[in-house]
Amino acid sequence: MTEFIYLYRGGDSPTSPAEGQQEMQLWMGWMKELGEKGHLKAIGSPLEKTGKLVSGKTKVVSDGPFAEAKDLIGGYTLVTASDIDQAVELSKGCPIFRRGGAVEVRPILQMNM
Amino acid sequence: MDELQQTVEPGQGAALDPQLFRHESGRMVVALTRLFGIHNLALAEDVVQDAFCRAIEVWKFKGVPANPSAWLMATAKHRAVDLLRRERTARTYEPELTRMIESEWTLVPTVHEVFEPHAIQDEQLRMMFSCCHPRLREDARVALVLHILCGFSVGEIAGAFVSGLAATEKRITRAKKVLAQSKKLFEVTEAPEFQKRLPDVQRALYLLFNEGYHGASAETAVRGELCREAMRLTAMLLEHPLGKTPGTYALAALMRLHAARLPGRVDAAGNLHSLLDQDRSQWDWTLMKDGVALLELSATGSAVTEYHVEAAIAAVHGRARRVEDTDWAAIVELYDTLMKVRPSPIVALNRAIAMAQKDGPERGLEEIGAIADRERLMGYPFYFAAMGEMELRRGMRETAGRQFGAALALARNPMERRFLEERVKACAGGDR
Repeated sequence: MTEFIYLYRGGDSPTSPAEGQQEMQLWMGWMKELGEKGHLKAIGSPLEKTGKLVSGKTKVVSDGPFAEAKDLIGGYTLVTASDIDQAVELSKGCPIFRRGGAVEVRPILQMNM
Repeated sequence: MDELQQTVEPGQGAALDPQLFRHESGRMVVALTRLFGIHNLALAEDVVQDAFCRAIEVWKFKGVPANPSAWLMATAKHRAVDLLRRERTARTYEPELTRMIESEWTLVPTVHEVFEPHAIQDEQLRMMFSCCHPRLREDARVALVLHILCGFSVGEIAGAFVSGLAATEKRITRAKKVLAQSKKLFEVTEAPEFQKRLPDVQRALYLLFNEGYHGASAETAVRGELCREAMRLTAMLLEHPLGKTPGTYALAALMRLHAARLPGRVDAAGNLHSLLDQDRSQWDWTLMKDGVALLELSATGSAVTEYHVEAAIAAVHGRARRVEDTDWAAIVELYDTLMKVRPSPIVALNRAIAMAQKDGPERGLEEIGAIADRERLMGYPFYFAAMGEMELRRGMRETAGRQFGAALALARNPMERRFLEERVKACAGGDR
């Protein structure tokens, strides 16, 4: 089994309280399913939409966001899967796609080759 | 927020009330409006939206907290305090609270105070009355109540009323402007003003209920929700010493007595059934009993409102376990009273239907022919359906078929369409 990180990018905000509640419940259902299938390594966390960017040799500090809203990373989850194909397949169940968002699937670099 | 950190695992724990977000939305908006002033309604709505977005993000990962309402309220409070600190002088807030907000000593306690449950309860009622502003039309009042207090988005309201999104948006935006210009929320402690506006509030709740019960939306779930919201808001009105008048009791009774019939009116397959051929074992007899009890509570004083009469009619139906047991004479008499209290072509039509049950279809058709303002019913499918039913009963199949055909052309949703198609078929075939 290999570890992967899901980086959740973008996705529109719900337009009503009822829609928001439904959205949240879909996510919780999806996370639960990942857990039940034994793929959930760490559920991860959501990220604030703002922050600071420290960059360059002079360590310039600037305000976020660092990407367009549609590309902004909103959170992450660590999963295990047999290979990248399975990790990708599993990510397709994520409710983020209903709202135009994306999941970036990145293998965690393995130390023991 | 220590006590709020305790969470249940994603997907675990008690099921969330499906209306939780909507109801909390209304509660947070009124608390924040109290703080910011009614002219800053949009700001209050932004803070609420923000609190929801945070809740959704965090709960997605960490699970729903043990007390989701408290979590949402705490988040809204934090956002409000931040905002007031940041923009203390950039805006004007609720005049009564300005000095409390200006001082760092009193800011946080003031914010906490407006979020106290009893304060929110009062503010919801004030908002309900404020939404029924005399400068607003009845439909705008209902839309505003749904939007602010029940947490329905403009899109959801347009869907429920089967009206255009743009038109609904315009109606709500305009209504909000009127509300914002009213400077101050309605005072629910001043008896004369309260009593003056109470009928408008009752009327708005009545219309909200009716939209759910008779309305055009195809979705049973949506309609059920509108009925439940109307009952919830009416219960709120009954908790206020000035609000619990005989009229409000009658209104609450009428809603329960009608809601009790909902499970028979639309069956599990989503098919509509007329009152005459509903499976009455499906009726909610507990709700019916509650309704009768409320109707008894409404029988004080001398004022008879339209709600008293309508509830009494529903109670007569509720007493009949079988349609044959219905006391049609009592119902006709009650419709006579209703025509005096609040005449309308719809009431006259219902009276004619009861007459047909009591004295036969010919009599019913005569009564329909005598309705003043009959042309106002020309767009109403059940006007033609009622005539179709009477024609069919007196054996005039062809005429009946034409009437049901006219009704079918006016059907407002697939449920009505299916129902009327069946009636058209019944006229062509051998069965009734």
